[in-house]
Formats: sequence, C-alpha cells, structure tokens
Amino acid sequence: MYDKTVRRRRAVLGLLVACSLILLTAYFGESTGGALHGVQRGTSSILNPVQEGASRALKPVRDLFGWFGDTIAAKGQVKDLRAERDRLRTEALAGEADIAENKRLSALLQLDGALGLKAYAPKTGRVIFQSPTVWYATIRVDKGSDDGVKVGQPVINEEALIGRVTEVIGGAAQVTLITDTTMKVPARAGKAGIFGVVGASSAGNPTDLVMNFVPPGSQLNVGDRVLTRGTEPEDTRASQYPPGLPIGQITRIDNEGTDTQEVHLRPFADMRSLDFVQILTQPRGPKG
Amino acid sequence: MNALDLRLLARLCALGAGGVIVQTAAVSQLPIAGANADLSPLLVMAVGLLCGSLAGGCFGFGVGLFVDVVSLQTLGVSSLVLLGVGYGAGRLREARDPEGALVPLAVGAAATLLFALGFALMQFLLGVDAPVSWALLRQTLATLVVNALIAVPVFALVRRTLAGSLPDDPRRRRRRAYTTGGLSPLSRGTDLR
Repeated sequence: MYDKTVRRRRAVLGLLVACSLILLTAYFGESTGGALHGVQRGTSSILNPVQEGASRALKPVRDLFGWFGDTIAAKGQVKDLRAERDRLRTEALAGEADIAENKRLSALLQLDGALGLKAYAPKTGRVIFQSPTVWYATIRVDKGSDDGVKVGQPVINEEALIGRVTEVIGGAAQVTLITDTTMKVPARAGKAGIFGVVGASSAGNPTDLVMNFVPPGSQLNVGDRVLTRGTEPEDTRASQYPPGLPIGQITRIDNEGTDTQEVHLRPFADMRSLDFVQILTQPRGPKG
Repeated sequence: MNALDLRLLARLCALGAGGVIVQTAAVSQLPIAGANADLSPLLVMAVGLLCGSLAGGCFGFGVGLFVDVVSLQTLGVSSLVLLGVGYGAGRLREARDPEGALVPLAVGAAATLLFALGFALMQFLLGVDAPVSWALLRQTLATLVVNALIAVPVFALVRRTLAGSLPDDPRRRRRRAYTTGGLSPLSRGTDLR
C-alpha cells in the first residue's frame, strides 16, 4: 500500500515536471502569434474584467498603504525639492526670454510651436496589474485595442515616459516599462542634446537607467535632463517616441571620457507606484 | 473521488485563483520597504504543509500556470518552480510533521527563497541580457523578510479556508490517538483499576 502511494506520488510529480518543461519549451520556441501565446492572450482577456474589478475594489487598501509610504518618503524629499525649487526659479527667469524668442521663431516658420500632448491623442488608463516578479518590469492598463491602442505606442505618466505597449488584448494593454532589460529608447541629453540610447542598467532596478553609445568627450554633467530623441538610432523609419518626452536626470557618469562611458540616470517617473498612465495613440502627431 | 476530495479540490481552486488575483491586482502594487510581498509561494507552502506533497505539488503547478497566464510571462516557469515548492513543503509535513506556531514563518521564508532562486535560475537559463544588480538582491531579500512576516497569517487564512475538507490533520490525528487509543494516562489508569 505504501509503495503504491509513493509510486503514485512520484508519477504525478514526474508528469507535472514534464508538463512544465514541455510548456516552457513550446512557449519559448514559438512566435508571438503561436497557439500558446494565443491561448494565454485569450485567457488573459477573459480574466481582465475580473482583475480590473479587483483592482478597483482594492484601491482603498492600496491608497492606505501608499499614504504611509508617501508620508515617509515625502519627509526625505523636502530638502532636495527646496534646493530644486530655487534652481528652477532661476532657470524659469532665464527661460522666459527663451520662450518669447521661441514663439517669435515658431510664428516665423509657421509651425505650431506649442504642439501639446493632445496632438498625440493620449488615452488615459488605469493600471490594473503590475508584474509580481522583479524580473519582468511590466504593467497592464485598462485600455486596449477597442480604444485604438496598438503595440509599440509610447506610454507616459504625469512625470515622464514610462514605457511602450508590447501586447494588446481586447480591453487591456501590457506595457513594458523602460526599466525592463528588453527596452531601448533613443534619447538626447544635456543642453547640447547629446545622443544616446537609454536602457535598464541591470535586471530588477527601477531607479537606475543607463545611457549608452554616448560619444566620448561629450559635455554632460550630473543633473542634466535626458529626453526622448524622436528617431530610431539605426533605421530610417520615424521613432514611436515623440521627441522631447522627459525620461530622467543624470546621476553619475562611469568611465567618463572613454569609449565605454556609461551615463546613469534616475527616471523621473516612480515605476513602483504607477496608478494612471497615458498611452499616446498617435505617437507621430496628427499627421502620423 | 469522494465528496470530501471534491470539496477540497473546489476550495483549492478558489484559493489559488483568488490568491493570484489579489496578488496581481493589489499586493504587487503595494511596495513595502522597496519590495512587494509575493503571496504565491506562501499559498503553495501552506497547502503543501496542510495537504501533503501530492496536493502541494499539484496546487503549485496550477497556481504557477495561472500566474504565468495572467502575467503574460513565459509559460511553465512559475509552474515548474512552484511545483517544487509545494512538493517540498508537503514532503516536510509527511517526513517530519513539524509543529510549532513559527513553523509557517520558517517554511514560508524557505519557500520564498526557493521560489526566488528557482525563478532567477530559470531566467538565466532562458537568457536574460542584463547584469544582476545589488538592487535585485536587495529586493529579493526584502521580499523574503516581508513574506516571512506575513507567512503566519497567510497560513492561518489558508487553514481556515480549507478547514473541514482537509485530509487527516496531524494535530487531530495525534489528539485522537491520545484520547481514544491506549496512550492516555487516564485510560491507562482505568486499565490498572
């Protein structure tokens, strides 16, 4: 009797291990349009309303926890923000002259110099899911193909670029954050607009990005802002990211002046507490 | 399959589905000390400890598969690792039958660590194109601590959910042996008389 139980237990264990390995191999080997991906997307779209409902129902709990965390974090930020306020006040005074000049030049060139966010047809969505593992920096938003969302569209929050749409299911879209190891964003930094490519510095780090392919000898400093460049670095097609979206601020430069220099930046957006985001459904503007 | 088994199966399905939905919709969006609690290894550990290796392994496989489907991750990764976690916890119950209020805490921490290491190993085998940072290790450690802290209430919740449909509870089994068998000093006293 005991032997039979042990044999049965081992047989089930072996069967389940085999099932896992078969699933893993088949999933990893097939394309994104494959059968298993299709089943996964289908199941996910069925479960999406349940997740959305649960997300809404549990929002007060999240807010309560968030309030505690924010209060503690805010105390630490006061000093930094005061210093930044003083610096920005000085910059704002200098910037007023630039804005006036910019308006005049825009009028001269007959361009809409004040092309606002509305030109990119943003769709506001609520974050209904965040990847439970640090290995995948993904979120899910309650806007999908029904709202005109397509794979590749950039996603922002109230602070900066946060990622791009990588999967679309009926009423939801999966967004891969810029802190994911698979993401690369063409960017420019500093007043000189030095070009580079921003990506994750390492797996599982939501507060540090790295800008690679920066030409040696570039004049970059800690504190410089990094924005989207607006064009892909290697090909001729237009970028999915509109130019000028803020990404982050330079925190340090490793191997400065060499061919292998790495510019580290802290993203403006806090990837750990995303609540509402906007998907730019016309990333190339109204004519795109 | 009798009514008790069916009832246990239904409760396990509800527990797994509910746990994963709460995990993805709420818990994974609540950063605590820079990390998130991960309910899935705790649920699997609790079921393994309460129901044994076979149920623990099957529950781990099911929860892992559900996590992979819901998260649009590579299918089979979480299910393989959680299968090991559930089976291990179940074997611990069958071989050692540990007692004590803090057993879920220790086993929960071990389950979380095993899940984190197994998941990381799978990611390396699948080819992650980035270095592993100290931040990742720090987050893994923080998740471990948070999970250890919530392991006891999660275990209690799972036991409460499954109460009435569990296979022979070891405590109940011992109590019965003590009160109905020949082990009780009272019964021995009666025999002597």
